[in-house]
Amino acid sequence: MSEFVVENRIWDPVEKLSQPELKALQLERLKDCVQRAAAIPHYQRAFAQAGISADQIKSLDDLRRLPFTVKSDLRENYPFGMLAVPKSQLARIHASSGTTGKPTLCGYTKNDLNLWAELCARFLVAGGLRPEHTAQIAFGYGLFTGGFGLHYGIEKVGAATVPASSGNTDRQIMLMQDLGVDVLICTPSYALNIAEVLQQKGIAPESLCLKFAHFGGEQWTEAMRRDIESNLKIKCFNNYGLSEIIGPGVSGECAARTGMHIQEDHFLVECINPVTLEPVKDGEQGELVITALTKEAMPVIRYRTRDLATLYSDPCPCGRTFRRMGRVIGRSDDMLIIRGVNVFPSQIEEALLRVEGTAPHYLIEVSRPGNLDQIAVKVEMRLENFSDQMSEMQKLKSRIDHEIHAITGIRMQIELVEPNTLERFVGKAVRVIDNRKLKD
Amino acid sequence: MRIKQLSLFVENKSGSLHSVCKVLAENNISIRTLSLADTEQFGILRLLVKEWEAAKNVLEKAGFIVKITEVFAIPVEDRPGGLAELLAILDRGGMNVEYMYAFTFGRNDRAVIVFRFEDPDKACKVLEDNKIDVIKPIDLFD
Repeated sequence: MSEFVVENRIWDPVEKLSQPELKALQLERLKDCVQRAAAIPHYQRAFAQAGISADQIKSLDDLRRLPFTVKSDLRENYPFGMLAVPKSQLARIHASSGTTGKPTLCGYTKNDLNLWAELCARFLVAGGLRPEHTAQIAFGYGLFTGGFGLHYGIEKVGAATVPASSGNTDRQIMLMQDLGVDVLICTPSYALNIAEVLQQKGIAPESLCLKFAHFGGEQWTEAMRRDIESNLKIKCFNNYGLSEIIGPGVSGECAARTGMHIQEDHFLVECINPVTLEPVKDGEQGELVITALTKEAMPVIRYRTRDLATLYSDPCPCGRTFRRMGRVIGRSDDMLIIRGVNVFPSQIEEALLRVEGTAPHYLIEVSRPGNLDQIAVKVEMRLENFSDQMSEMQKLKSRIDHEIHAITGIRMQIELVEPNTLERFVGKAVRVIDNRKLKD
Repeated sequence: MRIKQLSLFVENKSGSLHSVCKVLAENNISIRTLSLADTEQFGILRLLVKEWEAAKNVLEKAGFIVKITEVFAIPVEDRPGGLAELLAILDRGGMNVEYMYAFTFGRNDRAVIVFRFEDPDKACKVLEDNKIDVIKPIDLFD
Protein backbone atom coordinates (compact mmCIF):
# COMPACT_ATOMS: atom_id res chain seq x y z
CA MET A 1 0.00 0.00 0.00
CA SER A 2 1.18 3.48 -0.80
CA GLU A 3 2.00 6.07 1.81
CA PHE A 4 0.11 8.73 -0.14
CA VAL A 5 -2.99 9.83 1.68
CA VAL A 6 -5.88 11.24 -0.27
CA GLU A 7 -7.52 14.09 1.54
CA ASN A 8 -11.27 14.06 1.05
CA ARG A 9 -12.17 16.84 -1.33
CA ILE A 10 -15.50 17.24 -3.08
CA TRP A 11 -15.55 18.89 -6.50
CA ASP A 12 -19.22 19.84 -6.64
CA PRO A 13 -21.45 20.50 -3.59
CA VAL A 14 -24.25 18.68 -5.42
CA GLU A 15 -22.48 15.44 -4.48
CA LYS A 16 -23.66 16.03 -0.89
CA LEU A 17 -27.28 16.76 -1.77
CA SER A 18 -29.76 15.49 0.81
CA GLN A 19 -31.92 12.55 -0.28
CA PRO A 20 -35.15 14.59 -0.58
CA GLU A 21 -33.38 17.26 -2.61
CA LEU A 22 -31.74 14.64 -4.82
CA LYS A 23 -35.04 12.81 -5.41
CA ALA A 24 -36.79 16.06 -6.32
CA LEU A 25 -34.01 16.95 -8.77
CA GLN A 26 -34.06 13.45 -10.28
CA LEU A 27 -37.82 13.53 -10.77
CA GLU A 28 -37.72 16.92 -12.42
CA ARG A 29 -34.93 15.74 -14.72
CA LEU A 30 -36.60 12.41 -15.44
CA LYS A 31 -39.79 14.16 -16.60
CA ASP A 32 -37.77 16.43 -18.84
CA CYS A 33 -35.71 13.54 -20.17
CA VAL A 34 -38.77 11.48 -21.04
CA GLN A 35 -40.37 14.48 -22.73
CA ARG A 36 -37.28 14.97 -24.89
CA ALA A 37 -37.00 11.24 -25.63
CA ALA A 38 -40.65 11.17 -26.68
CA ALA A 39 -39.71 13.33 -29.66
CA ILE A 40 -37.44 10.56 -30.98
CA PRO A 41 -39.26 8.08 -33.26
CA HIS A 42 -37.65 5.06 -31.58
CA TYR A 43 -38.90 6.06 -28.13
CA GLN A 44 -42.29 7.08 -29.54
CA ARG A 45 -42.76 3.53 -30.74
CA ALA A 46 -41.28 1.99 -27.60
CA PHE A 47 -43.44 4.13 -25.28
CA ALA A 48 -46.56 3.35 -27.29
CA GLN A 49 -45.78 -0.35 -27.12
CA ALA A 50 -45.30 -0.13 -23.34
CA GLY A 51 -48.53 1.85 -23.08
CA ILE A 52 -46.97 4.86 -21.44
CA SER A 53 -46.70 8.50 -22.37
CA ALA A 54 -44.33 11.17 -21.12
CA ASP A 55 -47.00 12.99 -19.06
CA GLN A 56 -47.69 9.82 -17.05
CA ILE A 57 -44.33 10.10 -15.30
CA LYS A 58 -45.34 11.48 -11.91
CA SER A 59 -42.84 9.85 -9.55
CA LEU A 60 -39.47 8.17 -9.66
CA ASP A 61 -41.25 4.83 -9.28
CA ASP A 62 -42.82 5.44 -12.68
CA LEU A 63 -39.38 4.87 -14.17
CA ARG A 64 -40.15 1.16 -14.04
CA ARG A 65 -43.08 1.62 -16.38
CA LEU A 66 -40.75 2.81 -19.12
CA PRO A 67 -39.37 0.32 -21.67
CA PHE A 68 -35.76 -0.85 -21.63
CA THR A 69 -33.32 0.28 -24.30
CA VAL A 70 -30.88 -2.34 -25.58
CA LYS A 71 -27.76 -2.22 -27.70
CA SER A 72 -29.58 -3.44 -30.81
CA ASP A 73 -31.90 -0.40 -30.54
CA LEU A 74 -28.83 1.79 -30.93
CA ARG A 75 -27.63 -0.28 -33.87
CA GLU A 76 -30.99 -0.23 -35.63
CA ASN A 77 -31.09 3.53 -35.32
CA TYR A 78 -27.53 4.01 -36.55
CA PRO A 79 -26.19 6.60 -37.10
CA PHE A 80 -28.37 9.46 -35.87
CA GLY A 81 -31.76 7.91 -35.09
CA MET A 82 -31.34 8.19 -31.31
CA LEU A 83 -30.56 11.91 -31.34
CA ALA A 84 -32.88 14.39 -29.64
CA VAL A 85 -31.22 17.35 -31.33
CA PRO A 86 -30.47 18.13 -34.98
CA LYS A 87 -27.11 16.87 -36.16
CA SER A 88 -25.98 20.47 -36.58
CA GLN A 89 -25.95 20.85 -32.79
CA LEU A 90 -23.47 18.02 -32.24
CA ALA A 91 -20.05 18.95 -30.95
CA ARG A 92 -18.47 15.50 -30.99
CA ILE A 93 -19.21 11.89 -31.86
CA HIS A 94 -17.65 8.90 -30.11
CA ALA A 95 -18.29 5.23 -30.73
CA SER A 96 -17.86 1.78 -29.29
CA SER A 97 -18.02 -1.60 -30.99
CA GLY A 98 -21.39 -2.82 -32.01
CA THR A 99 -22.23 -6.51 -31.75
CA THR A 100 -21.84 -6.68 -35.52
CA GLY A 101 -20.53 -4.41 -38.25
CA LYS A 102 -21.50 -0.85 -37.43
CA PRO A 103 -20.28 0.73 -34.21
CA THR A 104 -22.57 2.13 -31.53
CA LEU A 105 -22.44 5.91 -31.69
CA CYS A 106 -22.63 8.46 -28.94
CA GLY A 107 -23.26 12.08 -29.91
CA TYR A 108 -22.53 15.05 -27.64
CA THR A 109 -23.64 18.68 -27.76
CA LYS A 110 -21.35 21.37 -26.39
CA ASN A 111 -23.22 21.22 -23.06
CA ASP A 112 -22.89 17.42 -23.01
CA LEU A 113 -19.12 17.73 -23.39
CA ASN A 114 -19.01 20.17 -20.52
CA LEU A 115 -21.13 17.88 -18.37
CA TRP A 116 -18.88 14.95 -19.23
CA ALA A 117 -15.77 16.88 -18.18
CA GLU A 118 -17.51 17.90 -14.92
CA LEU A 119 -18.41 14.28 -14.15
CA CYS A 120 -14.84 13.12 -14.78
CA ALA A 121 -13.54 16.00 -12.63
CA ARG A 122 -15.71 14.77 -9.75
CA PHE A 123 -14.20 11.31 -9.55
CA LEU A 124 -10.69 12.50 -10.38
CA VAL A 125 -10.77 14.97 -7.48
CA ALA A 126 -12.36 12.35 -5.21
CA GLY A 127 -9.40 10.15 -6.09
CA GLY A 128 -6.70 12.71 -5.35
CA LEU A 129 -6.25 14.81 -8.51
CA ARG A 130 -5.29 18.41 -7.72
CA PRO A 131 -4.66 21.41 -9.99
CA GLU A 132 -0.91 21.22 -9.38
CA HIS A 133 -0.69 17.63 -10.68
CA THR A 134 0.41 16.28 -14.04
CA ALA A 135 -1.68 13.38 -15.29
CA GLN A 136 -0.68 11.01 -18.07
CA ILE A 137 -3.40 9.40 -20.13
CA ALA A 138 -2.41 6.04 -21.58
CA PHE A 139 -5.88 5.34 -22.96
CA GLY A 140 -6.26 5.41 -26.71
CA TYR A 141 -7.36 8.74 -28.14
CA GLY A 142 -9.96 8.26 -30.81
CA LEU A 143 -13.52 7.08 -31.10
CA PHE A 144 -13.05 5.24 -27.78
CA THR A 145 -14.36 7.46 -24.95
CA GLY A 146 -11.53 6.67 -22.51
CA GLY A 147 -8.89 9.06 -23.83
CA PHE A 148 -10.85 12.22 -24.53
CA GLY A 149 -13.27 11.81 -21.61
CA LEU A 150 -10.53 11.78 -18.99
CA HIS A 151 -8.54 14.40 -20.89
CA TYR A 152 -11.15 17.12 -20.51
CA GLY A 153 -11.89 16.06 -16.93
CA ILE A 154 -8.24 16.62 -16.00
CA GLU A 155 -8.24 19.99 -17.73
CA LYS A 156 -11.44 20.92 -15.91
CA VAL A 157 -9.70 20.26 -12.59
CA GLY A 158 -6.87 22.51 -13.73
CA ALA A 159 -4.17 19.85 -13.78
CA ALA A 160 -1.78 19.33 -16.69
CA THR A 161 -2.51 16.55 -19.15
CA VAL A 162 0.04 14.38 -20.91
CA PRO A 163 -2.00 12.84 -23.75
CA ALA A 164 0.39 9.94 -24.30
CA SER A 165 -2.36 7.72 -25.75
CA SER A 166 -2.01 3.95 -25.63
CA GLY A 167 0.98 1.70 -26.31
CA ASN A 168 4.76 2.19 -26.49
CA THR A 169 5.47 1.42 -22.84
CA ASP A 170 9.10 2.58 -23.04
CA ARG A 171 7.96 6.02 -24.11
CA GLN A 172 5.23 6.07 -21.44
CA ILE A 173 7.90 5.44 -18.81
CA MET A 174 10.23 8.04 -20.25
CA LEU A 175 7.45 10.64 -20.13
CA MET A 176 6.55 9.71 -16.56
CA GLN A 177 10.19 10.06 -15.53
CA ASP A 178 11.01 13.24 -17.42
CA LEU A 179 7.77 15.13 -16.82
CA GLY A 180 7.33 14.19 -13.18
CA VAL A 181 3.91 12.65 -13.80
CA ASP A 182 1.80 12.38 -10.59
CA VAL A 183 -1.25 10.55 -11.86
CA LEU A 184 -1.61 7.69 -14.33
CA ILE A 185 -4.82 7.05 -16.28
CA CYS A 186 -5.16 3.71 -18.08
CA THR A 187 -6.54 0.18 -17.82
CA PRO A 188 -5.39 -1.72 -14.72
CA SER A 189 -3.79 -4.44 -16.82
CA TYR A 190 -1.73 -1.84 -18.65
CA ALA A 191 -0.53 -0.47 -15.30
CA LEU A 192 0.66 -3.98 -14.41
CA ASN A 193 2.47 -4.06 -17.72
CA ILE A 194 4.17 -0.74 -16.97
CA ALA A 195 5.21 -2.08 -13.55
CA GLU A 196 6.72 -5.13 -15.20
CA VAL A 197 8.70 -3.09 -17.73
CA LEU A 198 9.97 -0.83 -14.93
CA GLN A 199 11.23 -3.89 -13.14
CA GLN A 200 12.90 -5.27 -16.27
CA LYS A 201 14.65 -1.97 -16.79
CA GLY A 202 15.70 -1.79 -13.17
CA ILE A 203 13.85 1.48 -12.59
CA ALA A 204 12.71 1.84 -8.97
CA PRO A 205 9.07 2.96 -8.83
CA GLU A 206 10.02 5.36 -6.03
CA SER A 207 12.19 7.24 -8.53
CA LEU A 208 8.99 8.29 -10.33
CA CYS A 209 6.70 11.01 -8.97
CA LEU A 210 3.67 8.77 -9.48
CA LYS A 211 1.16 9.03 -6.61
CA PHE A 212 -2.22 7.91 -7.88
CA ALA A 213 -3.85 6.07 -10.74
CA HIS A 214 -7.39 6.04 -12.05
CA PHE A 215 -8.38 2.85 -13.76
CA GLY A 216 -11.31 1.92 -15.91
CA GLY A 217 -12.24 0.25 -19.16
CA GLU A 218 -12.04 -3.34 -18.00
CA GLN A 219 -12.82 -5.77 -15.23
CA TRP A 220 -10.25 -6.05 -12.44
CA THR A 221 -9.98 -7.26 -8.87
CA GLU A 222 -8.81 -6.27 -5.41
CA ALA A 223 -5.89 -8.66 -5.90
CA MET A 224 -4.82 -6.69 -8.97
CA ARG A 225 -5.19 -3.46 -6.98
CA ARG A 226 -2.86 -4.83 -4.28
CA ASP A 227 -0.33 -5.92 -6.90
CA ILE A 228 -0.32 -2.59 -8.72
CA GLU A 229 -0.16 -0.59 -5.49
CA SER A 230 2.78 -2.54 -4.16
CA ASN A 231 4.62 -2.69 -7.51
CA LEU A 232 4.19 0.97 -8.42
CA LYS A 233 3.97 2.38 -4.86
CA ILE A 234 0.80 4.28 -5.68
CA LYS A 235 -2.87 4.41 -4.72
CA CYS A 236 -5.37 3.20 -7.30
CA PHE A 237 -8.96 4.27 -7.90
CA ASN A 238 -11.66 2.59 -9.90
CA ASN A 239 -14.09 4.40 -12.18
CA TYR A 240 -16.90 3.23 -14.42
CA GLY A 241 -18.70 4.37 -17.49
CA LEU A 242 -19.82 3.26 -20.92
CA SER A 243 -19.98 5.13 -24.17
CA GLU A 244 -23.68 4.42 -24.73
CA ILE A 245 -24.38 6.45 -21.58
CA ILE A 246 -21.61 9.08 -21.74
CA GLY A 247 -18.23 7.33 -21.34
CA PRO A 248 -16.18 7.37 -18.13
CA GLY A 249 -17.82 9.49 -15.43
CA VAL A 250 -20.91 7.46 -14.59
CA SER A 251 -19.34 6.54 -11.26
CA GLY A 252 -16.01 6.58 -9.46
CA GLU A 253 -14.38 5.84 -6.14
CA CYS A 254 -13.74 8.33 -3.34
CA ALA A 255 -10.88 8.12 -0.84
CA ALA A 256 -12.84 5.58 1.24
CA ARG A 257 -12.75 3.19 -1.74
CA THR A 258 -15.82 1.24 -0.72
CA GLY A 259 -17.47 1.30 -4.12
CA MET A 260 -17.94 3.85 -6.87
CA HIS A 261 -20.29 6.77 -6.19
CA ILE A 262 -22.84 6.98 -8.98
CA GLN A 263 -23.40 10.54 -10.24
CA GLU A 264 -27.05 10.24 -9.34
CA ASP A 265 -27.99 13.80 -10.21
CA HIS A 266 -27.39 12.83 -13.87
CA PHE A 267 -27.93 9.07 -13.97
CA LEU A 268 -30.67 6.90 -12.55
CA VAL A 269 -29.20 3.49 -11.96
CA GLU A 270 -31.32 0.38 -11.37
CA CYS A 271 -30.05 -3.10 -10.65
CA ILE A 272 -32.15 -5.93 -12.09
CA ASN A 273 -32.17 -9.68 -12.37
CA PRO A 274 -31.17 -10.13 -16.04
CA VAL A 275 -33.52 -13.11 -16.43
CA THR A 276 -36.69 -11.99 -14.65
CA LEU A 277 -35.97 -8.28 -15.24
CA GLU A 278 -37.21 -7.63 -11.69
CA PRO A 279 -35.24 -5.27 -9.46
CA VAL A 280 -32.80 -6.84 -6.99
CA LYS A 281 -32.24 -5.50 -3.49
CA ASP A 282 -29.33 -3.25 -2.63
CA GLY A 283 -26.38 -5.44 -1.77
CA GLU A 284 -27.43 -8.10 -4.27
CA GLN A 285 -25.75 -8.64 -7.59
CA GLY A 286 -27.63 -7.80 -10.77
CA GLU A 287 -27.43 -6.09 -14.15
CA LEU A 288 -27.11 -2.31 -14.14
CA VAL A 289 -29.78 -0.39 -16.03
CA ILE A 290 -28.99 3.28 -16.56
CA THR A 291 -31.08 6.25 -17.56
CA ALA A 292 -29.05 9.26 -18.70
CA LEU A 293 -31.23 12.11 -17.44
CA THR A 294 -29.52 15.22 -18.70
CA LYS A 295 -27.73 14.45 -21.91
CA GLU A 296 -29.03 16.79 -24.59
CA ALA A 297 -27.90 14.97 -27.72
CA MET A 298 -28.82 11.45 -26.66
CA PRO A 299 -31.12 10.94 -23.72
CA VAL A 300 -31.05 7.24 -22.89
CA ILE A 301 -33.96 5.56 -21.15
CA ARG A 302 -33.30 2.46 -19.05
CA TYR A 303 -30.29 1.21 -20.97
CA ARG A 304 -29.45 -2.41 -20.24
CA THR A 305 -25.69 -2.21 -19.73
CA ARG A 306 -25.23 -6.00 -19.43
CA ASP A 307 -22.67 -5.19 -16.71
CA LEU A 308 -23.18 -7.17 -13.51
CA ALA A 309 -22.53 -5.36 -10.25
CA THR A 310 -24.01 -4.62 -6.83
CA LEU A 311 -25.47 -1.34 -5.51
CA TYR A 312 -24.84 -0.06 -1.97
CA SER A 313 -26.85 2.66 -0.28
CA ASP A 314 -25.33 2.71 3.21
CA PRO A 315 -23.70 6.05 4.11
CA CYS A 316 -20.12 6.70 3.03
CA PRO A 317 -17.67 8.44 5.41
CA CYS A 318 -16.68 10.84 2.62
CA GLY A 319 -19.96 12.72 2.96
CA ARG A 320 -21.19 12.11 -0.57
CA THR A 321 -24.81 11.08 -0.52
CA PHE A 322 -24.79 9.32 -3.87
CA ARG A 323 -25.21 5.55 -3.78
CA ARG A 324 -22.25 3.39 -4.70
CA MET A 325 -21.77 0.45 -7.06
CA GLY A 326 -19.27 -2.34 -6.57
CA ARG A 327 -16.84 -3.47 -9.25
CA VAL A 328 -18.28 -4.86 -12.44
CA ILE A 329 -17.84 -8.57 -11.89
CA GLY A 330 -19.07 -9.90 -15.21
CA ARG A 331 -21.45 -9.57 -18.11
CA SER A 332 -24.96 -10.84 -18.73
CA ASP A 333 -24.07 -11.28 -22.42
CA ASP A 334 -21.04 -12.66 -24.25
CA MET A 335 -19.12 -9.41 -24.70
CA LEU A 336 -15.38 -9.68 -24.11
CA ILE A 337 -13.16 -6.81 -23.07
CA ILE A 338 -9.74 -7.15 -24.66
CA ARG A 339 -7.18 -4.60 -23.55
CA GLY A 340 -10.05 -2.22 -22.79
CA VAL A 341 -11.74 -2.74 -26.17
CA ASN A 342 -15.19 -4.30 -26.34
CA VAL A 343 -15.35 -7.36 -28.57
CA PHE A 344 -18.36 -9.52 -29.32
CA PRO A 345 -17.95 -13.07 -30.62
CA SER A 346 -20.57 -12.18 -33.24
CA GLN A 347 -18.11 -9.67 -34.72
CA ILE A 348 -15.52 -12.39 -35.20
CA GLU A 349 -18.12 -14.64 -36.78
CA GLU A 350 -19.07 -11.82 -39.14
CA ALA A 351 -15.42 -11.30 -40.10
CA LEU A 352 -14.97 -15.02 -40.79
CA LEU A 353 -18.08 -15.08 -42.96
CA ARG A 354 -16.40 -12.52 -45.19
CA VAL A 355 -13.59 -14.99 -45.84
CA GLU A 356 -15.02 -17.78 -47.92
CA GLY A 357 -15.04 -21.22 -46.40
CA THR A 358 -13.89 -20.36 -42.87
CA ALA A 359 -17.09 -20.30 -40.82
CA PRO A 360 -18.85 -21.95 -39.09
CA HIS A 361 -16.29 -23.78 -36.98
CA TYR A 362 -14.13 -21.46 -34.94
CA LEU A 363 -13.11 -20.94 -31.34
CA ILE A 364 -12.00 -17.80 -29.53
CA GLU A 365 -9.41 -18.24 -26.80
CA VAL A 366 -8.63 -15.37 -24.46
CA SER A 367 -5.66 -15.43 -22.14
CA ARG A 368 -3.51 -13.04 -20.17
CA PRO A 369 0.08 -14.28 -20.28
CA GLY A 370 1.95 -11.70 -18.23
CA ASN A 371 -0.36 -8.73 -17.91
CA LEU A 372 -1.80 -8.06 -21.33
CA ASP A 373 -4.80 -9.73 -22.86
CA GLN A 374 -4.24 -11.98 -25.83
CA ILE A 375 -6.92 -13.29 -28.07
CA ALA A 376 -6.51 -16.16 -30.47
CA VAL A 377 -9.03 -17.29 -33.06
CA LYS A 378 -8.85 -20.92 -34.10
CA VAL A 379 -10.38 -21.53 -37.49
CA GLU A 380 -10.92 -24.97 -38.99
CA MET A 381 -9.46 -25.45 -42.46
CA ARG A 382 -11.65 -26.61 -45.27
CA LEU A 383 -10.70 -28.20 -48.56
CA GLU A 384 -11.93 -25.21 -50.59
CA ASN A 385 -9.52 -22.80 -48.95
CA PHE A 386 -6.58 -25.14 -48.53
CA SER A 387 -3.73 -24.47 -50.90
CA ASP A 388 -0.62 -26.51 -51.54
CA GLN A 389 1.29 -23.23 -51.66
CA MET A 390 2.53 -21.66 -48.44
CA SER A 391 2.18 -18.13 -49.82
CA GLU A 392 -1.51 -18.75 -50.48
CA MET A 393 -1.97 -20.09 -46.96
CA GLN A 394 -0.27 -17.03 -45.49
CA LYS A 395 -2.57 -14.87 -47.61
CA LEU A 396 -5.58 -16.67 -46.15
CA LYS A 397 -4.34 -15.99 -42.64
CA SER A 398 -3.72 -12.34 -43.48
CA ARG A 399 -7.20 -12.01 -44.93
CA ILE A 400 -8.78 -13.38 -41.77
CA ASP A 401 -6.56 -11.12 -39.67
CA HIS A 402 -7.50 -8.11 -41.81
CA GLU A 403 -11.26 -8.75 -41.66
CA ILE A 404 -11.19 -9.25 -37.88
CA HIS A 405 -9.12 -6.13 -37.39
CA ALA A 406 -11.42 -4.15 -39.68
CA ILE A 407 -14.46 -5.07 -37.60
CA THR A 408 -13.12 -5.18 -34.06
CA GLY A 409 -10.21 -2.76 -34.30
CA ILE A 410 -7.82 -5.14 -32.61
CA ARG A 411 -5.28 -7.67 -33.81
CA MET A 412 -5.88 -11.28 -32.94
CA GLN A 413 -3.68 -14.29 -33.34
CA ILE A 414 -5.11 -16.43 -36.12
CA GLU A 415 -4.59 -20.18 -35.93
CA LEU A 416 -5.58 -22.51 -38.73
CA VAL A 417 -6.49 -25.92 -37.35
CA GLU A 418 -7.27 -29.31 -38.86
CA PRO A 419 -10.89 -30.03 -39.77
CA ASN A 420 -13.20 -31.59 -37.20
CA THR A 421 -10.84 -30.82 -34.34
CA LEU A 422 -12.90 -28.11 -32.66
CA GLU A 423 -15.59 -29.37 -30.38
CA ARG A 424 -19.09 -29.66 -31.87
CA PHE A 425 -22.11 -28.66 -29.84
CA VAL A 426 -25.59 -30.04 -29.82
CA GLY A 427 -27.12 -27.05 -28.07
CA LYS A 428 -25.74 -23.53 -27.87
CA ALA A 429 -22.18 -23.52 -29.18
CA VAL A 430 -19.41 -22.45 -26.85
CA ARG A 431 -17.32 -20.15 -29.01
CA VAL A 432 -15.26 -18.51 -26.31
CA ILE A 433 -12.81 -19.89 -23.80
CA ASP A 434 -11.65 -17.19 -21.42
CA ASN A 435 -8.56 -18.37 -19.58
CA ARG A 436 -7.88 -15.05 -17.88
CA LYS A 437 -7.63 -15.54 -14.17
CA LEU A 438 -9.25 -12.73 -12.26
CA LYS A 439 -9.12 -13.94 -8.70
CA ASP A 440 -9.29 -11.96 -5.49
CA MET B 1 5.59 -37.30 -67.22
CA ARG B 2 3.62 -35.62 -64.47
CA ILE B 3 3.40 -37.15 -61.04
CA LYS B 4 0.43 -36.87 -58.71
CA GLN B 5 1.48 -35.51 -55.34
CA LEU B 6 -0.63 -35.48 -52.18
CA SER B 7 -0.66 -32.23 -50.21
CA LEU B 8 -2.04 -32.30 -46.67
CA PHE B 9 -2.81 -29.62 -44.15
CA VAL B 10 -1.24 -30.48 -40.80
CA GLU B 11 -1.12 -28.55 -37.57
CA ASN B 12 2.28 -27.93 -36.09
CA LYS B 13 1.78 -30.05 -33.00
CA SER B 14 3.16 -33.27 -31.71
CA GLY B 15 1.65 -36.39 -33.22
CA SER B 16 0.24 -34.85 -36.37
CA LEU B 17 2.82 -36.35 -38.73
CA HIS B 18 2.52 -39.68 -36.99
CA SER B 19 -1.22 -39.77 -37.52
CA VAL B 20 -0.76 -39.29 -41.28
CA CYS B 21 1.90 -41.98 -41.56
CA LYS B 22 -0.13 -44.36 -39.40
CA VAL B 23 -3.09 -44.19 -41.78
CA LEU B 24 -0.80 -44.96 -44.74
CA ALA B 25 0.91 -47.79 -42.87
CA GLU B 26 -2.38 -49.37 -41.92
CA ASN B 27 -3.34 -49.38 -45.56
CA ASN B 28 -0.03 -50.78 -46.68
CA ILE B 29 0.91 -47.67 -48.63
CA SER B 30 4.59 -46.89 -48.92
CA ILE B 31 5.91 -43.34 -49.08
CA ARG B 32 8.50 -42.77 -51.80
CA THR B 33 9.44 -39.34 -50.50
CA LEU B 34 7.98 -36.39 -48.66
CA SER B 35 8.59 -32.78 -47.84
CA LEU B 36 7.17 -30.52 -45.17
CA ALA B 37 6.75 -26.78 -45.52
CA ASP B 38 6.04 -25.46 -42.07
CA THR B 39 5.26 -22.33 -40.13
CA GLU B 40 5.12 -21.84 -36.38
CA GLN B 41 1.52 -22.92 -36.33
CA PHE B 42 0.77 -25.21 -39.29
CA GLY B 43 2.42 -27.00 -42.17
CA ILE B 44 1.82 -28.40 -45.63
CA LEU B 45 2.91 -32.01 -45.95
CA ARG B 46 3.67 -33.16 -49.50
CA LEU B 47 3.84 -36.88 -50.23
CA LEU B 48 4.70 -39.02 -53.23
CA VAL B 49 3.11 -42.45 -53.07
CA LYS B 50 2.41 -44.96 -55.81
CA GLU B 51 -1.21 -45.57 -54.86
CA TRP B 52 -2.12 -41.89 -54.71
CA GLU B 53 -5.85 -42.38 -55.26
CA ALA B 54 -6.12 -44.97 -52.51
CA ALA B 55 -3.97 -42.83 -50.24
CA LYS B 56 -6.17 -39.78 -50.83
CA ASN B 57 -9.20 -41.88 -50.07
CA VAL B 58 -8.01 -43.30 -46.79
CA LEU B 59 -6.53 -40.00 -45.60
CA GLU B 60 -9.76 -38.17 -46.33
CA LYS B 61 -11.69 -40.85 -44.52
CA ALA B 62 -9.39 -40.25 -41.57
CA GLY B 63 -10.40 -36.58 -41.65
CA PHE B 64 -7.46 -34.96 -43.42
CA ILE B 65 -7.65 -32.26 -46.02
CA VAL B 66 -5.92 -33.63 -49.11
CA LYS B 67 -5.22 -31.91 -52.39
CA ILE B 68 -3.70 -33.50 -55.47
CA THR B 69 -1.08 -31.44 -57.23
CA GLU B 70 0.99 -32.27 -60.28
CA VAL B 71 4.73 -32.22 -59.92
CA PHE B 72 7.72 -33.21 -62.04
CA ALA B 73 10.51 -35.50 -60.85
CA ILE B 74 13.73 -34.64 -62.64
CA PRO B 75 16.98 -36.56 -62.14
CA VAL B 76 20.09 -34.50 -61.56
CA GLU B 77 23.66 -35.70 -61.59
CA ASP B 78 25.17 -35.80 -58.13
CA ARG B 79 28.10 -33.47 -58.81
CA PRO B 80 28.84 -29.75 -58.36
CA GLY B 81 26.80 -27.78 -60.91
CA GLY B 82 24.30 -30.58 -61.56
CA LEU B 83 21.34 -28.64 -60.27
CA ALA B 84 22.65 -25.24 -61.42
CA GLU B 85 22.67 -26.41 -65.05
CA LEU B 86 19.10 -27.61 -64.85
CA LEU B 87 17.91 -24.42 -63.17
CA ALA B 88 19.65 -22.32 -65.83
CA ILE B 89 17.62 -24.10 -68.52
CA LEU B 90 14.38 -23.67 -66.60
CA ASP B 91 15.16 -20.03 -66.04
CA ARG B 92 15.83 -19.42 -69.74
CA GLY B 93 12.52 -21.11 -70.50
CA GLY B 94 10.76 -18.61 -68.19
CA MET B 95 9.73 -21.32 -65.72
CA ASN B 96 8.58 -20.21 -62.31
CA VAL B 97 9.29 -22.73 -59.57
CA GLU B 98 6.72 -22.64 -56.78
CA TYR B 99 8.69 -25.04 -54.63
CA MET B 100 11.05 -27.96 -54.95
CA TYR B 101 12.56 -30.70 -52.84
CA ALA B 102 15.17 -33.36 -53.39
CA PHE B 103 15.68 -37.02 -52.59
CA THR B 104 17.74 -39.95 -53.79
CA PHE B 105 16.62 -43.44 -54.59
CA GLY B 106 18.00 -46.50 -56.23
CA ARG B 107 21.71 -47.15 -56.33
CA ASN B 108 22.91 -44.72 -58.92
CA ASP B 109 24.69 -41.42 -58.52
CA ARG B 110 21.70 -39.30 -59.33
CA ALA B 111 19.52 -37.17 -57.11
CA VAL B 112 15.89 -36.58 -57.92
CA ILE B 113 14.44 -33.10 -57.66
CA VAL B 114 10.68 -32.74 -57.36
CA PHE B 115 9.45 -29.51 -58.91
CA ARG B 116 6.14 -27.77 -58.61
CA PHE B 117 5.86 -25.24 -61.44
CA GLU B 118 3.47 -22.34 -61.60
CA ASP B 119 2.35 -23.43 -65.06
CA PRO B 120 2.63 -27.23 -65.48
CA ASP B 121 1.56 -27.16 -69.16
CA LYS B 122 4.24 -24.69 -70.06
CA ALA B 123 6.67 -26.72 -67.98
CA CYS B 124 5.95 -29.83 -70.11
CA LYS B 125 6.80 -27.96 -73.25
CA VAL B 126 10.02 -26.38 -71.93
CA LEU B 127 11.20 -29.71 -70.56
CA GLU B 128 10.48 -31.46 -73.87
CA ASP B 129 12.07 -28.72 -75.97
CA ASN B 130 15.22 -28.92 -73.90
CA LYS B 131 15.19 -32.72 -73.96
CA ILE B 132 15.32 -32.87 -70.19
CA ASP B 133 14.87 -36.33 -68.79
CA VAL B 134 11.78 -36.50 -66.59
CA ILE B 135 11.08 -39.57 -64.46
CA LYS B 136 7.80 -41.30 -65.31
CA PRO B 137 5.56 -42.41 -62.45
CA ILE B 138 6.18 -46.03 -63.38
CA ASP B 139 9.95 -45.59 -63.02
CA LEU B 140 9.63 -43.70 -59.78
CA PHE B 141 7.53 -46.26 -57.98
CA ASP B 142 8.56 -49.63 -59.46
